Amino acid sequence: MVGDVYRALADPTRRTILDELTERDGQTLFEICTRLTMKHGLSSSRQAISQHLEVLEAAGLVRTKREGRYKFHFIETTPLRAVVERWPIDRGEDHR
Amino acid sequence: MRINVTGVYVDDQHKALRFYTEVLGFVKKTEIPLGEASWLTVVSPDEPHGTELILEPDAHPAVRPFKEALVDDGIPFTSFAVDDVRTECERLRSLGVRFTQEPLAMGPVTTAVFDDTCGNLIQIATAREATG
Repeated sequence: MVGDVYRALADPTRRTILDELTERDGQTLFEICTRLTMKHGLSSSRQAISQHLEVLEAAGLVRTKREGRYKFHFIETTPLRAVVERWPIDRGEDHR
Repeated sequence: MRINVTGVYVDDQHKALRFYTEVLGFVKKTEIPLGEASWLTVVSPDEPHGTELILEPDAHPAVRPFKEALVDDGIPFTSFAVDDVRTECERLRSLGVRFTQEPLAMGPVTTAVFDDTCGNLIQIATAREATG
């Protein structure tokens, strides 16, 4: 599962999706596609973006929530904890 | 050749007429009874002789799955121009309209997407930010 996190983050388009969800959480597929096209000049198809979201969701980095007939995507940073637990950022006494 | 009419597929023409006039602010242009349904169009009060929007019944079996698939991905069926997306968004929200995309500025264009209560998502767009 943790391996999936590294693989999910290895792709620049997927990192950009997470950037955009950090700016505004809870987006439709349409909004994500619009942002990637208009703000980042990415020409990926809607299907390709949809597949990127599936990879992110499988890695636990994106969560989808259905509200009635709409579907929104949310960033989920919990899996990133495994990274800093493995290689802690703050080693306390080491700072001089 | 001119484009004089465009349309949206609605689940109920009477409900649609109320929403498109009382909430969105269009005015009824034509209503011609045709059996169970009507040839029902609205226009913008700013352009009474401009392009008409036909509120067309979505009774054909292919239409509803199509509409549902668009809504599922958050894709608007069509787009209308407004002077200022943010102002319009606040006005509509105060009338109970549900937005699936809050105003999003992308360079010279700002857009937002709302639910027309008739089975469609609709985009509103301003070509240039009023506030620059």
